[in-house]
Amino acid sequence: MLSIKNLHASIEGTPILRGINLEVKAGEVHAIMGPNGSGKSTLASVLAGREEYEVTEGEVLFQGKELLPLSPEDRAREGVFLAFQYPIEIPGVSTTNFLRTALNQVREYRGQEPLDAVKFLSLMKEKMALVEIDQKLLSRSLNEGFSGGEKKRNEIFQMAMLNPVLSILDETDSGLDIDALRIVSNGVNKLKSDTTATIVVTHYQRLLDYIVPDFVHVLYKGRIVKSGTKELALELEEKGYDWIKEEVDSTATV
Amino acid sequence: MSTLTQQELVLGLFEAAPATFLSLRQLGKESFYAQGMPALKSEEYKFTPIAKKLESGLTDFFPAKPIKISTEQVKSAVFAGFEGVVLVFSNGQYLPELSNSTEGLTVNLLSKTENTPLGSIAKADNDPFTALNQATFTDGLHLSIDNKKVIESPILLLQFHQAQGGQVISPRIWIEAGDFSKATFIDYQVSLDDAPYFVNKVVEIKGGVHADITYHSLQEESNQVIEVSNVVTDIKQDSQFTSTQITLSGDMVRNNLTLNLLESNSVGNMYGLYLLHGKSHVDNHTNVDHTIPHAESNELYKGILADQSRGVFNGKIFVRQIAQKTNAFQQNNNILLSDDAIINTKPQLEIWADDVKCSHGCTVGQLDEEALFYLQARGIDKITARGLLLYAFAGEVLDKIEEDSLRNYIVNQIQKRLGSNF
Repeated sequence: MLSIKNLHASIEGTPILRGINLEVKAGEVHAIMGPNGSGKSTLASVLAGREEYEVTEGEVLFQGKELLPLSPEDRAREGVFLAFQYPIEIPGVSTTNFLRTALNQVREYRGQEPLDAVKFLSLMKEKMALVEIDQKLLSRSLNEGFSGGEKKRNEIFQMAMLNPVLSILDETDSGLDIDALRIVSNGVNKLKSDTTATIVVTHYQRLLDYIVPDFVHVLYKGRIVKSGTKELALELEEKGYDWIKEEVDSTATV
Repeated sequence: MSTLTQQELVLGLFEAAPATFLSLRQLGKESFYAQGMPALKSEEYKFTPIAKKLESGLTDFFPAKPIKISTEQVKSAVFAGFEGVVLVFSNGQYLPELSNSTEGLTVNLLSKTENTPLGSIAKADNDPFTALNQATFTDGLHLSIDNKKVIESPILLLQFHQAQGGQVISPRIWIEAGDFSKATFIDYQVSLDDAPYFVNKVVEIKGGVHADITYHSLQEESNQVIEVSNVVTDIKQDSQFTSTQITLSGDMVRNNLTLNLLESNSVGNMYGLYLLHGKSHVDNHTNVDHTIPHAESNELYKGILADQSRGVFNGKIFVRQIAQKTNAFQQNNNILLSDDAIINTKPQLEIWADDVKCSHGCTVGQLDEEALFYLQARGIDKITARGLLLYAFAGEVLDKIEEDSLRNYIVNQIQKRLGSNF
């Protein structure tokens, strides 16, 4: 489904990603872990199309299509969803109004009829239950005055509404208490299917107790330096990242 | 003083002034001569060189004659869903045959009510254009709301403007709202073509005790229009005055809004939105004078400026020493959409009293790129996303408009523009 080949990206001339290779197949959950500043969030942002990052080398194929030349909106319409680490507050735009605009543009791109108000509302009701989000919250301005947990739930709610093929969760666990973490993870797990895939970007192993990955990759200095199964995450939790840093840095100097 | 003041503009207008309100006109003329056109360095008109603009932009300094307006033109200009009184004007002159009225509202030509104390609220000595209007207006309208009369449906002042030769239009309106009365006015200025002209408008509003007056002004005129508008309001005890000033176009527009809170427990709300593109230059000067204790003023002006447009905001709030327990709030926020757009904003608060709650502030920024990316990342195309964000920004002001037909009309006009290249 997703094939990242030798991806290099920089911001304002400073290279952040230095040759990422990653294959994600339908039905899989991949966790991207790594110390602060290793490039985890950059990878998520580059895949979603954030303009500040300049891709200097490499290519990304998504369902056989070149992803990088596409605008952020077209990537979303193709089925890429980024759950933001810091969801943006937008005063004056209600979640409902925003989502209806988004969903209908996505549907139009996919050659589907736009949803009328009634169908949209019933879809909303169904998906709201998934992340235990209150309708009152959704009629308010997008994320304005939401707690950290409410913002992250709203991200997963939007994901449920847009029904993406590939979901990228960028540090979704940050700022979540244990109850919110459970609710958000449940939502993600229910949305998983054989035809979709999930990339979970996280610093801690905690989230992976709830969203169990098939593969765990460790990102360090802009490269994937180690890959394994979920046991690797447990090992990282226990031992920290230092042993990996040492391993990498020593081989680099040899 | 420029030579323009002395010779060209003034003489033509003065000569054409009708033989009504003779002593008032004479006082206006003297006051205008004493003040002269605002010089380039005049503090009040520092960023808005209106005299220079008049000199270069107009060719014919005579009053514009009224033009014929058809019922179809009225029909198509009235907002969809509007139900209320329509008063039609052509180049400042009232057209009774196209207008209607309602119980509790009395409409008269100023020339039929010579005892109207014109100039007692909008004082000629406070502004040269007010003086010029006082000396040269052709005729105008006297509107009064009976005591205790609540008029729920709005009163639309539909002002058609069209002056082929770039002439001068001098609307003059006197509004009197009786004690315990309530009324909403919509002053809608619309051009019938793209030709240039100069509007020099004066509106005086006198509110009674416990009156509730709303005055919306929508300027949707030719991009060649030069305009100075002076709206001055006196309100009394327990009364409320709310104004919204929406400006969507114009070459150079200067709006002076003055609110005199004369008695306690009065509330003044002043809202404004300017949405500018091309080379439009719009200047909003507001002035609130708290001369008594226990009064409140709220002010919010917002601007979106594209292309090479220019905005000016100057909000003065005076809180006199006697005006204890005053609440006065003022905010001006701006979004600049291009590197060439300019805003000069100056919130100005002068407080002599010591037991008051006052705040003021202004912001100037660009469109939030993070928010734009967030919307795009959900599948919304860039132009729609931009429109959503700008509309949300403007919405705070538009939400203050309670009259649905007016708000919906403005929303449509704005969305048409925001959904395009703006």
